[in-house]
Amino acid sequence: MTTAGPHETSSVAAQRQTAPPTTSTTSAASTSGAVVELDHVTKRYGPPGTAPAVNELSLTIPAGEICVLVGPSGCGKTTTMKMINRLVEPTSGRLTIDGRDVLQLPPVDLRRGIGYVIQQVGLFPHMTVGANTAVVPRLLRWPEARIRERVDELLDLVGLDPAAYRDRYPAELSGGERQRVGVARALAADPPVMLMDEPFGAVDPIRRDRLQNEFLRLQARVRKTIVFVTHDVDEAIKMADRIAILQRGGVLAQYDTPDAILAHPANEFVERFVGADRGLKRLSLARVRDLELIEPVIVQAGADRTDASGDLRSSSVDFALLVDRGGRPLGWIRESDLDGQGLINPEQAMPGANLLEPETTLRDALSAMLASSVQLGVVVDERERVLGLVSVDQISEVLQSGLLPVRTDAPG
Amino acid sequence: MPPGEPLVRPDWIIQNLDIIGQRLAEHLGMTATAVSVGFLISFVLALVIRRRRTLTAAVIGTAGILYAIPSLALFAFLIPFTGISFLTAEIALVSYTLLILVRNILLGLDSVPGDVLEAANGMGYTSRQRLWRVELPIALPIIVAGLRIATVTTIGLVTVTSLIGQGGLGYLIVVVGINGFFPTATYVGALLSVALAVAADTLLLAIQRRLTPWSRARGATT
Repeated sequence: MTTAGPHETSSVAAQRQTAPPTTSTTSAASTSGAVVELDHVTKRYGPPGTAPAVNELSLTIPAGEICVLVGPSGCGKTTTMKMINRLVEPTSGRLTIDGRDVLQLPPVDLRRGIGYVIQQVGLFPHMTVGANTAVVPRLLRWPEARIRERVDELLDLVGLDPAAYRDRYPAELSGGERQRVGVARALAADPPVMLMDEPFGAVDPIRRDRLQNEFLRLQARVRKTIVFVTHDVDEAIKMADRIAILQRGGVLAQYDTPDAILAHPANEFVERFVGADRGLKRLSLARVRDLELIEPVIVQAGADRTDASGDLRSSSVDFALLVDRGGRPLGWIRESDLDGQGLINPEQAMPGANLLEPETTLRDALSAMLASSVQLGVVVDERERVLGLVSVDQISEVLQSGLLPVRTDAPG
Repeated sequence: MPPGEPLVRPDWIIQNLDIIGQRLAEHLGMTATAVSVGFLISFVLALVIRRRRTLTAAVIGTAGILYAIPSLALFAFLIPFTGISFLTAEIALVSYTLLILVRNILLGLDSVPGDVLEAANGMGYTSRQRLWRVELPIALPIIVAGLRIATVTTIGLVTVTSLIGQGGLGYLIVVVGINGFFPTATYVGALLSVALAVAADTLLLAIQRRLTPWSRARGATT
């Protein structure tokens, strides 16, 4: 083959893949993705002069990020995606993957180097799960032994037991299982770029949520550059590192991080498209660990009241947190209950401290706090030891400031 | 029929097993030739139509007209060109398979779901790889269904070619049995012709089942 297509990167990345997988999302997982760049790309289905489906679109998608193309029907999001693997040929403009001009590559070679997942999955009904997964490696003429190994590795990766699933036919699978096989098939040759066209659109909402979470965990490990098409704003906010909002006629309305789009919609169209509850939506983007935790006043049963009372007066919170001997929270003590002399009586504590984990989203934290009488949340580690407090005021400050606390994994 | 002649004479059957076997083989050969040649032509026609859909009406229409011509008339039309020959018989037999085969090959290829085609394109199959590795395997049950009808029809039609000196089992039915006032030969020929049709049909179905284990895999597990 004369073209130094994306396979070069693929084979290098494939070897890297055999290293033990990183489980944490925050650790520096190796990015096997490639930069995808669209430069003034236009697609016109009719003759010159007719309205274009995609109009002068320029986007740079950094390596290893999920870019979600979102917009109403007829906005050209699917057309845009399909120009990247040339299922649709652009009328004008330039597309590059890691600097390589997509239009200079033979389409078949290009496509073998790009993962592709579609809504109806499109598994080949006459092939077993194993054979479906092996499609691209076979097209690339990998040795059979390597293909077998790769198939099992991929089925494992998407959470399907290879021994149980390898020899089944698609007709024997549930919708969610088919979707996972579709993802495994797209990842088979370890392509740096994956295109996903409403990949979770055909499954029910509960399973969709699970598949989305699974996919995000998977992506944290494989770090592909993913172009993801959806019409669902909530899905876009959840999945995206960056969102490109397109409006009718294939015009880019805004391209930015989900947070920036929710905080500062570029125009009225974006504002309407993301919805009136965009403030609340933003809160799902940040997690409790991103806030600066408030130092709690911690008291134990039997401690001296005067000491606690003094601590509480000099603190910004109105309640002392009663903990057991192991440091696990039991409930709140009011300032008035600390008046006078004597020891702290655990029966005065108001039960029901809201326990939050560092991973809890601010949206969930807010609804938990609003539902209880003490509007504070206790952030605990996995052993329920107190890390600090968050308050409703902190979250409302976040809403008003228009800026989310810095996220470690936020791009830009 | 001469008086006193019994309806079936087993002794004749036993004495003439070699001739019966020979005619059976001939019948089988004529059928296989007609269906194979018919399938090749139909396959090419179907692929041409898929490239240029505008030809659909013309090809199917012509095949339909051929199918509608009475076999005797077709022989009469061909004899000035190809004589009373095996070729004349085969031209007629082949032309009767075209309608069924072209239609079923097209139906089969059209039955491939759009998302499967899109996935195949997106995976990087060339159009030839897509045809052989994806479309034809998925179309196979419908194509084989066409082959079964064409084969059974042809087995019946081969008997008619006895009128132009061919005919396989038709020779027994018509020349020996009817023309020779000898019912035993007619019965033997007819019975074997039916048996052959049933056997061929069963065999093709078995082959198809063998080749398409996936078409019977049904029912989600969760």
